[in-house]
Amino acid sequence: MIAIQYLIPELILSTSIFSLLIIGVFIKNSFNIIYRLSTFVIFLLILIIISDNNDSVKIFNKSFILDEFASFSKILILVSSFFVLLMSKKYILDIKNNKFEYPIIILLSILGMFFMVSANDLILFYLGLELQSLSLYILASIDRDNLKSSEAGIKYFVLSALSSGLLLYGCSLLYGFTGSTNFEVIANNTGDLKIGTIFAMIFILVGLAFKVAAVPFHMWTPDVYEGSPTSVTSFFSTVPKIAGIAVFIRFMYSPFYEIIDQWQFILVFISIASMILGAVAAIGQNNIKRLIAYSSIGHIGYAIAGIASGTENGFKSTLTYILIYAAMNIGIFAFVFLMKRKGKYVEEISELSGVSKNHPLTSLSLMIILFSLAGIPPLAGFFAKFYIFMAVVESGMYTLAIVGLVTTVVSAFYYIRIIKIMYFDDPKKPFESFKEYGIYSSLALSCIFLVSFFLYPSIFNGIISNINIF
Amino acid sequence: MNFPILSSITFLPLIGAFFVFLTRSEINQTNKGAIYVSLFTSFVNFFLALFLWYSFDNKTSDFQFIEELTWISGFIKFKFGIDGISILFILLTAFIVPISVISCINSVKTRLKEFLIAILILETFMIGVFCSLDLVIFYLFFEAGLIPMFLIIGIWGGSRRVYSAFKFFLFTLLGSVLMLIAIISIYWITGTTDVVEIYKIKIPSEFQYLLWLAFFSSFAVKLPMWPVHTWLPDAHVEAPTAGSVILAAILLKMAGYGFLRFSVGMFPIASEYFIPFIFTLSVIAIIYTSLVALMQDDMKKLIAYSSVAHMGFVTLGIFAFNKQGIEGSIIQMFSHGLISAALFLCVGVLYDRTHSRLINYFGGVVHILPKYSFIFMIFVLAALGLPGTSGFVGEFLVLVGTFKVNFLAAILASLGVILSAIYMLWLYKRAVFGKLEKNELKGMKDLNKSEFGILFCLGALILFFGFYPDPLIDTISVSVDNLITNYNLDISQSVALK
Repeated sequence: MIAIQYLIPELILSTSIFSLLIIGVFIKNSFNIIYRLSTFVIFLLILIIISDNNDSVKIFNKSFILDEFASFSKILILVSSFFVLLMSKKYILDIKNNKFEYPIIILLSILGMFFMVSANDLILFYLGLELQSLSLYILASIDRDNLKSSEAGIKYFVLSALSSGLLLYGCSLLYGFTGSTNFEVIANNTGDLKIGTIFAMIFILVGLAFKVAAVPFHMWTPDVYEGSPTSVTSFFSTVPKIAGIAVFIRFMYSPFYEIIDQWQFILVFISIASMILGAVAAIGQNNIKRLIAYSSIGHIGYAIAGIASGTENGFKSTLTYILIYAAMNIGIFAFVFLMKRKGKYVEEISELSGVSKNHPLTSLSLMIILFSLAGIPPLAGFFAKFYIFMAVVESGMYTLAIVGLVTTVVSAFYYIRIIKIMYFDDPKKPFESFKEYGIYSSLALSCIFLVSFFLYPSIFNGIISNINIF
Repeated sequence: MNFPILSSITFLPLIGAFFVFLTRSEINQTNKGAIYVSLFTSFVNFFLALFLWYSFDNKTSDFQFIEELTWISGFIKFKFGIDGISILFILLTAFIVPISVISCINSVKTRLKEFLIAILILETFMIGVFCSLDLVIFYLFFEAGLIPMFLIIGIWGGSRRVYSAFKFFLFTLLGSVLMLIAIISIYWITGTTDVVEIYKIKIPSEFQYLLWLAFFSSFAVKLPMWPVHTWLPDAHVEAPTAGSVILAAILLKMAGYGFLRFSVGMFPIASEYFIPFIFTLSVIAIIYTSLVALMQDDMKKLIAYSSVAHMGFVTLGIFAFNKQGIEGSIIQMFSHGLISAALFLCVGVLYDRTHSRLINYFGGVVHILPKYSFIFMIFVLAALGLPGTSGFVGEFLVLVGTFKVNFLAAILASLGVILSAIYMLWLYKRAVFGKLEKNELKGMKDLNKSEFGILFCLGALILFFGFYPDPLIDTISVSVDNLITNYNLDISQSVALK
């Protein structure tokens, strides 16, 4: 069939997943080789997707869509997973969690995300989402001898399954009231507003908000982030977020665009609540992974603010935001992977006390990342917020803009608190030093990206402004 | 002229900072390489600024040395350009930075290299503020200055440095985020963020009031004006000497500059509407903070409060909207830049020797430090606005300008002059005169060569511009005229519309 040629990345991904499984079963202690091969597969896929010159096509009875939006999200997903794999290997070996399934499950979840962001049909979307979620449950509890990790996995599974159920219920309602599972047909049929469509929209919204951890469906985030091994947390806080936000955008702008009046204020509420909670709750945290969890809730709030504006600039600003957010997140986790003392990885923020004396360069990098997370110019984090607020003000939502900027100041407090601990407090013993180029290069690249973004922001603008979703 | 001189002045310190970064740092060795590189960069920058002043055409009020680059395509242009007002601030910055670099060589004991990098990066951001003719670029530089200053206070500061650094950072950040919304709104109202374009387009008057308030919130915190000034004494007390110098001499001036360039230039109608508001705050600032300054035990705190009072004169002058007032406030900012820098350096000299800033700790310093006491006296007299110093020129012009529009405000502000004489002279009396009683003071050495050199330069300039302020007034006069003409034109148009 002719449509197969459009599925090359997905096909390569699935065949390599199965062949890697076979290799893993037949070769003993195959963690290293499988890890390398998976990283290579991801790298290969990045090249393939970049080299595709894709004009927007819809295949399989218009249920699978290939457009610039999907490719952009896929590249972003792949690049962030590439860096996550690059920097977490040493950690996985250190905590003796080197099961060969680990990279394969990551690949599986990426496959799920591919179908999510390309879905133009409720069924395909749900299948992709479930493939992704199931892989994530396993990942959360991958360190199964560790009580916290198992707890995180179970917690995530129960809550996420509930939200998937709600989402599925929403999908079925939507099918019932519009007569189709295809996004375009749904979009055409939502015009004559029925109460059932609104119910369906709200159920789906709840499910999506849960997947991206937006308030009030965020409760699982801090526990899961803290409980899972750091290698998994770094994946959790970056990659599924990208896919989740991409699907969010797709839903709001494709099937539900006609009923924008109905969802806009829900999103404004979700966004404001996430920003406020992310800013306030993170202040009291002492565990860096919990802090990142709350800060990611806040960042998702900003990203959703862009979607809530309901304009073309709005979703583009969200894409820029999520791109920069991914870069910052990779950087901050690269530093967390370096926090090792006496053979044990430490997670308390107080352990960072005075690290700038012993590790000047890495602390400088972390400082840049933290200032960028706080949104201080001229770092990239500022531009992320700037574009969001451009879009928000464009649609006249001044309250959202003002709340957003005030929470920026509040959240700046806990970011600079870390900087204070690193730079102003008395030094402790240095961290263990190890030569792990994956970590250092991820940290350095993330910093260089954040610092040099202001030189020529047009590059990403050019890419993102070509993306069209309507 | 094709040579991009403004970008060179702006980004040269950044390049210098990079080279300082590359120098080898030995822990127990004085870091010669870093010192030489940063001195070299800052002096070259100063000469570039002098050259800029020399080639500046003060006959026209148009923006000169304009540089334009597409930055975010179809949206924001990277636009630099200066007029008579901004060039003075660039000169001031380029002059103060080498001075603070020299001063920190003696006084900063730990992590000198990082300190120099922070100062040079800060210089880039400060000059960028004065050069930029695009709101977004302006905001970028304006905010970016927070990072190095936060680190300077926090890393090299005194005992309560963490509290002060946080207060400084959060206060100014909260003030500025509202300005960011205003900038974005301006973009959606006028379709551009280019200041020159916005001057021409003219923002509709119904939007002006809120936008003015948003900009005001940022500048009022930074200047600082009366109710939101509390971060300044803390920041000054805890910052190292060089940090205080830069904070008082330049960072505060960014807000005054912002009032002139943005609030007055873009929102004339709102500016006129808010004159009584500004006058009230300024007069309160002048009298209240002078009284507070009177009761301080800490020299740095005293000077910090006096800065707030002096900045009150600046806002008073700007919002008098006549030639004397605005020229006076610009000269007041320039001379306050020199005087406050000098005063902080003088306190720093004592602090380096005794590790105390309390006024009562000293007394009779004149017997052992004659040179120091003499130079300190010049600055004290300049701070209280004695004729013959540059402080007098600024305050006098501001008061003349204010008398024209508001008699009461001028009278009350004149009270501030008397109060400043009281607290400055009392400070000098308690610290310098009297008997030398404390034994630990007797071992103090008088000024060394580098301290004497920088204080002498500052003193000479203060006296020179006190007797002969013409070079300054010539530079700004045409631009100020243009500002006032545009302002009056807008006001009369809006009156005619009503």
